Amino acid sequence: MNAIIALSLFGIGSLFLGFLNNRKILLPATLIFTLIALGLNFADWNHEYLWFNSMLRTNNLSVNFTAVILISTLLVVAISRGFGDDKEHSHPAEYYAILMFSVVGAIMMVTYENLLMLFVGLEILSVSMYVLTGSDKRNLRSNEAALKYFLMGSFATGILLFGIALVYGATGSFDIHGIGLAVRDAKAQMGGIYGPILTAGVILMLVGLLFKISAAPFHFWTPDVYDGAPSLFTAFMSTVVKTAGVAATYRLLSIAFPDMYGTWGNPMVYITAVTLIVGNLTAVYQQSFKRMLAYSSISHAGYLLITVLAKRPETNASILFYSLAYSIATISAFAVLIVVSEAKSKAGKPDESFDALNGLSKNNPFLAFVLAVSMLSLAGIPLTAGFFGKFFIFTDAFSNPSSIFKSLLVVAVLMSAVGIYYYFKPIIAAYMRSGDTEKIEISPIFKYTLILTTILTILLGIAPDLVKKLF
Amino acid sequence: MLTISLILLPIIAGLLTLTNKGENAKKIASIFAFAELILGGYVYYSFIPNATTQFAVSYDWIHSAGIKFSVGIDGISLILVCLTTLMVPFIILSTFNNNYKNAPTFYALILFMQAALIGVFTARDIFLFYFFFEIALIPVYFIAAIWGGENRIKVTFKFFIYTMFGSLFMLLALVYLYIQTPGIAHKADFESIYAVAKTLDITQQSYLFGAFFIAFAIKMPLFPFHTWQPDTYVEAPTAGTMLLSGIMLKMGTYGLIRFILPITPLAVDKYGMVAIILSIIGIVYGSIIAIQQKDMKRLIAYSSFAHVGLMAAGIFSGNIDGIQGALIQMLAHGINVVGLFFIVEIIQQRTNSRELARLGGITQTTPNLTVYFIILMLGSVAMPLTNGFVGEFLLLKGVFQYNAWAGAIAGLTIILGAVYMLRMVQKSMFGITSRITEGFADLTLSEKVVLFPLSFMVIGLGIAPNMFLKLTEPAVNQLLSIIK
Repeated sequence: MNAIIALSLFGIGSLFLGFLNNRKILLPATLIFTLIALGLNFADWNHEYLWFNSMLRTNNLSVNFTAVILISTLLVVAISRGFGDDKEHSHPAEYYAILMFSVVGAIMMVTYENLLMLFVGLEILSVSMYVLTGSDKRNLRSNEAALKYFLMGSFATGILLFGIALVYGATGSFDIHGIGLAVRDAKAQMGGIYGPILTAGVILMLVGLLFKISAAPFHFWTPDVYDGAPSLFTAFMSTVVKTAGVAATYRLLSIAFPDMYGTWGNPMVYITAVTLIVGNLTAVYQQSFKRMLAYSSISHAGYLLITVLAKRPETNASILFYSLAYSIATISAFAVLIVVSEAKSKAGKPDESFDALNGLSKNNPFLAFVLAVSMLSLAGIPLTAGFFGKFFIFTDAFSNPSSIFKSLLVVAVLMSAVGIYYYFKPIIAAYMRSGDTEKIEISPIFKYTLILTTILTILLGIAPDLVKKLF
Repeated sequence: MLTISLILLPIIAGLLTLTNKGENAKKIASIFAFAELILGGYVYYSFIPNATTQFAVSYDWIHSAGIKFSVGIDGISLILVCLTTLMVPFIILSTFNNNYKNAPTFYALILFMQAALIGVFTARDIFLFYFFFEIALIPVYFIAAIWGGENRIKVTFKFFIYTMFGSLFMLLALVYLYIQTPGIAHKADFESIYAVAKTLDITQQSYLFGAFFIAFAIKMPLFPFHTWQPDTYVEAPTAGTMLLSGIMLKMGTYGLIRFILPITPLAVDKYGMVAIILSIIGIVYGSIIAIQQKDMKRLIAYSSFAHVGLMAAGIFSGNIDGIQGALIQMLAHGINVVGLFFIVEIIQQRTNSRELARLGGITQTTPNLTVYFIILMLGSVAMPLTNGFVGEFLLLKGVFQYNAWAGAIAGLTIILGAVYMLRMVQKSMFGITSRITEGFADLTLSEKVVLFPLSFMVIGLGIAPNMFLKLTEPAVNQLLSIIK
């Protein structure tokens, strides 16, 4: 909880740091802020507690999700070196401040007890992201992406708010535990038939949240926005925002509406299947590495939804493990993308196609190895964290006796095979094709961050219990 | 502990190799591979011929999910551990005349591959097995895709996706079995899984059979899942081809013995005939294509496809002769195919060609090579007193007991095998010297060091097959008792 307060203060602090006109201090300061927030976060460990007139509720699950979010943020901040060095970003302090604020929003989304907090958190996160998406001011695509994201995003938030209002009308509560009780009463009285207001409310809320985690068919904004935004913020969006969105959905479904499984269960299974199919199949056809990563993030939303739906005690740990594995691997991949695309820029524009990676194993063997490990992890191949992420998800889904999950699993397995296809494209480009022989240099902090992410990915792929038993 | 050192030694060796440059990497890799061979020999001699799992160790791996790092060696594992430890040193020696770029990585990958293969053959926990089964693919993929021929990128990519796709179905089957085990945390060791398998009905077993069959049939490969195989064998560098055909192919047959037979006996009863028919189609089809090949490497690739078909047919026949034959044939085929591919490599290095039409008359300058070639060829065509004979005889006997017609058609392998193998030897070694085979240089020391022991093993195993058969028999009998 203190993490939220601290991060808000740190955000304001970062703004003031901007007055110092010292760019060098921003990155370490933000890293330290995030680390402090991470430490404060664990003060809530093993205390279930309600805050601010039962607006927020901290428990171990929320602490864990907050930790995953803060770790992802740390990694994103660590690879932000060089961002804002050009003239276009004349006030980099603002971006770090907005980043801090958006993390506050993300943490609220994983700790909310009152639906209003879910809405406020989502808005804080979204508005920050609209700004960051458009932060590459001179780039037309960045502007387009920001406008698109803003229009679509505000529409989705509107739908979510509409859903919240309807649910409040039907249950008389904003409290997720209160709503859960009201739904249970309704179930006991009416035998599983719910009024149209409650049903519509649940569906509309889910639509709003699914938009944020870019599940199909609410994903159409994702590729353009992810592609147009500066790579650094795309990395942030596809990890922190996704984790927060999935956690919020999981919290809502498992606490407020578990008794309405009959209403949202099957539609969500279909949405998951469509998300998996659309994300993976479209990723195959991409020529741009960045766009491929955007579609891959859609497909991973699908895998995460499988375990959100599976409703098992172990599901908590599976979602957390998968989010962590996915976030670490994605941030490594984006870090490599940032370095390589800058080094290979054509006519002032960074080259984000697969061809930019050609011959990377000769130009910088370290980056090529990092890229290979992160791709193998995203593809879910053993010795990497991604494998156990998938493994836990498959186990969860299989434990669910409902036969529809068996079909969903077959889809998931087929799509994993498709995933291997496109995740190997960058590896093939880096190791087997030859490109120009210009060496690519990376700064020390980049290097240490990537060493850390790579070691974490392999370590979690050998000994997943190190982290899993904490969850 | 011995089993763990068998897995760890190649990993350590691989890491050491990575830290060295060029020529040194070769030497370090081969020294460690021979050290591993000595370790393997020690395991062979201290193995007590009974049905128990020996040298077993078990540690908690993923405690919360009941998954253990559990390894051990029984008779069935032993023969494959022997094959792996025996072949890898010779595979490394066979590359001594090549100068690969990034040699340290190349040799490190071979050693990592060896570790993964030993892991596959010794795992006693289904997920540990799966873990190694998948990892084994990665080094060999990179070996083939980086150091391979012209079309390597496309061909090896197909191979990788194809086999990964199959393995994913196996993962589903394994997770399904694991979920059925009692307890909240479940169990994943072989014994618990075998116990659970007894409670499954025919429908469940059929699905599991399908999932396992796809995974292993792609890996071996069986007809009609073989389309990745000839191209990959041809494009991979010879050391990669040796690893693929000599050892990795046996992961599939090992999987059939370890998983399909004991876990889905009812389904094997029902669908075994289909699998045997597919295997036999593979035998005849592979042999006929092999007869028409012009490229020596491709010819051996198809012959390997035909041989593995017979092994699969023997295993699916589900009797002691079929399985014993498959086990001894796995070892024999590994030795023969590594030798044959090496001879092709020698010829290619000196003449820059593998095409039968352009070769001929090599025996006039290098009679030594011809002798080795003929010994290995005889092993491959199952001449009595060679290693191939024992295996094929038992396999055919097993298939014949299952179904006389199937046995009769499978028997064609001996005739057809003789046709394509003799044709290959005749066209390359005998006849008139062609322009490119003139002045064919004599064998170097490192080549002799590989070919002599391999030829020795071909004959030795043919004369005394019992030194392996008696070790595997108790384990196979126990396996058959599980099935019944």
